[in-house]
Amino acid sequence: MSETLDLSHYAKPAADGTCDLELAVEGVHCGACIARIESAVKKLPGVADARLNFTNRRLHVSWTEGALEPARIIETLEKIGYHGHPFVPLRAEQEEAAEARRLTRYLAVAGFAAMNVMLLSVSVWAGSDMTPSTRDFFHWASALIVLPAAAYAGQPFLKSAWRALRSGALNMDVPISVGVILALVMSLAETAKHAPDAYFDSAIMLLFFLLVGRALEHAARRKTRAVAGNLAALKSDTAHRLTGGELVTVPVKALRGGDRVLVKPGERFPADGTVVGGGSEIDESVITGETARRAVASGARVYAGSLNFNGALTLEVSAAGGGTLIDEIERLVEKAASSKSRSLRLADRAARVYAPMVHVTAALTGIGWWLAGASLHDALVTAIAVLIITCPCALSLAIPAVQVVASGALFRAGVILNAGDAVERLAEADTVIFDKTGTLTLPEPRVVNAGSVDPDLLQTAARLALSSRHPLAAALAREAASPKPYDGVTEEPGQGVRALIDGAEARLGSAAFCGLANIAHAPGSSLIVFTHRGRSAVIAIAQKLRPDAVEVTARLRLLGLDLRILSGDRPESVRPVAEALGIAQWQGGLKPADKIALIEALKQEGRRVLMVGDGLNDAPSLAAAHVSLSPISAADLAQAQSDAVFLGERLGPVYDALRVARRARRLMKENLWFAGVYNAVAVPVAIAGLVTPLFAALAMSASSLTVTLNALRAARGVRAAPEQPS
Amino acid sequence: MNVLVYLIPMAVGLGLIGLIAFLWALKSGQYSDVDGAALRVLQDDDIEPRQHESR
Repeated sequence: MSETLDLSHYAKPAADGTCDLELAVEGVHCGACIARIESAVKKLPGVADARLNFTNRRLHVSWTEGALEPARIIETLEKIGYHGHPFVPLRAEQEEAAEARRLTRYLAVAGFAAMNVMLLSVSVWAGSDMTPSTRDFFHWASALIVLPAAAYAGQPFLKSAWRALRSGALNMDVPISVGVILALVMSLAETAKHAPDAYFDSAIMLLFFLLVGRALEHAARRKTRAVAGNLAALKSDTAHRLTGGELVTVPVKALRGGDRVLVKPGERFPADGTVVGGGSEIDESVITGETARRAVASGARVYAGSLNFNGALTLEVSAAGGGTLIDEIERLVEKAASSKSRSLRLADRAARVYAPMVHVTAALTGIGWWLAGASLHDALVTAIAVLIITCPCALSLAIPAVQVVASGALFRAGVILNAGDAVERLAEADTVIFDKTGTLTLPEPRVVNAGSVDPDLLQTAARLALSSRHPLAAALAREAASPKPYDGVTEEPGQGVRALIDGAEARLGSAAFCGLANIAHAPGSSLIVFTHRGRSAVIAIAQKLRPDAVEVTARLRLLGLDLRILSGDRPESVRPVAEALGIAQWQGGLKPADKIALIEALKQEGRRVLMVGDGLNDAPSLAAAHVSLSPISAADLAQAQSDAVFLGERLGPVYDALRVARRARRLMKENLWFAGVYNAVAVPVAIAGLVTPLFAALAMSASSLTVTLNALRAARGVRAAPEQPS
Repeated sequence: MNVLVYLIPMAVGLGLIGLIAFLWALKSGQYSDVDGAALRVLQDDDIEPRQHESR
């Protein structure tokens, strides 16, 4: 690129005179890549450090300020075969990293304490000939280890329980906190009285198991978040900014209101704005779903993401939030999001039933024993034993464990979750609404009549098309078997390209340019004509269905789902798609507000709607639906509203997502039932006053392991997507 | 059994050293790229000598 690339927006100056830059790197797949990238970047003058994080595919470079033009780093990567995309780490991502470290510290402390205390406890259980004074010593040693460890590692549960209680709610952390605190207090009192049983080990083991669940859940979420961050960086493009008559390539994020930007044919608009120079036709299908092109000239408003077709345009970037269409959409999104009744998560629903039941049972047990003539001390000890044994170890692991395994399986299938409870809501969907443009069809137009064109003529045309930036030519160029452009190609702006091939002139472009009379063509498709040595071919280019759309919709129907299409495009272009997929209920020409109204009507019927859409115009309906999915090519605002994003050209991930989610929900319910059965067995034993610390330890470990192993089944039968993320 | 008075604190103390070592490793960022560490161990730094990073 002859223009200079300005990256000052991304480089962060540090206090010690160095500059830092983070890059998401594409194409890293093995250990050799790490060495190649790091050594190449370190050879640049002024670079102090370069380190590639293989886990999240990010390169961190720091250099002495002023000694290096940051664009050189990207050039260097390009030279050795990698694409680097600069980005600013999200604030949320940094906070999550800190949270992950905190959780790991809690986990380490709880694990350390649990192991050491178990050593002492096993001695007490096994040592039938142990003297009471030795036993007391062991108990005091346990107390010394467990009390500080529990005070530290129990923080996440205690804090969350306290928050819940203060707002008058109950969550799973309330019974956990009550159980742990009472177990510790009772054990301390018993130890002081030289009693034979203490439950220090149960309390810390409980914390350890629960922390394992939390840490795993967090790690899975963080990994998908990092991949989503990289994908966002990969998507964010550069723009050609006009600064004092000079053209500078800047990251789109660095554009400000009032900047003037040049948009060449075949490029997408980097920002919203007003056309101030030039004239062209633009494709706004990402914005409205409408596939017919719109002619624009000076004064026309255009939106980020639209595709410029014919001529170069100069654009004046409007201030953020200044676009009338965007404003309207954002207003609808806000309204839809606020009216959406948050469905209660399964875990919270279980907690609502479980917590009061446990506490009432424990209280009744204590009162019962006391009334039956037991001493106050014995009645209290039995009541606390009930609380310890019912501590929802299995229950609090039951759902997070399934969620971790399910999100891992979805990740491999090419689905990245945005919302934590998306799995549960996906499983509940009974109606699927598809957008057409970019969702059922591929985001870019394709050649649709490849079968009826002479293969060698098509290949020659495709190779010639490699030299043109026109979007129709770009679609044709995808058909080229080898990406070798011809030499000496000249482009006639707005008409086509020509070149000398095998001693004869070949032309590719409009019918008039190729000397043919105008040809009638089907609505919704564009024609491009190719002539060479008296032979000519008419190539039709149109929106094409995703390769597996027919198969996937058929399989979705087998899952018992009701399929519909709601599109912003004209009805005559929606009909063929609906007919090809066998979807009887479809509507075209809908405005964003119409789509919401239709979704609300379905909700009134008691349906749970899954919305799959990509356009800016779909963002409000994505927010309004019970659960939503977007392809990775979707507009940013649409992606931000959807619960999950799927990668690649296939529609298959939609089916995988629904299937994995349904299986996961079944496993969650199974685990909840298992926890119920466990309590049905263990609670009577505890009420009868027969629980020993050994029994408690065995019961808790066995139930936790069982639900975790059951959760692993959520990943079965999911095949990996052909395109791996990052 | 008096020997236990020394042995148990010693055992716990050794465990504590391990815990502190882990917390230090966590803090110094050694767990931030677990997948990369598995591959870096195979790099031929000794064949093409290069100074090690201090991080």
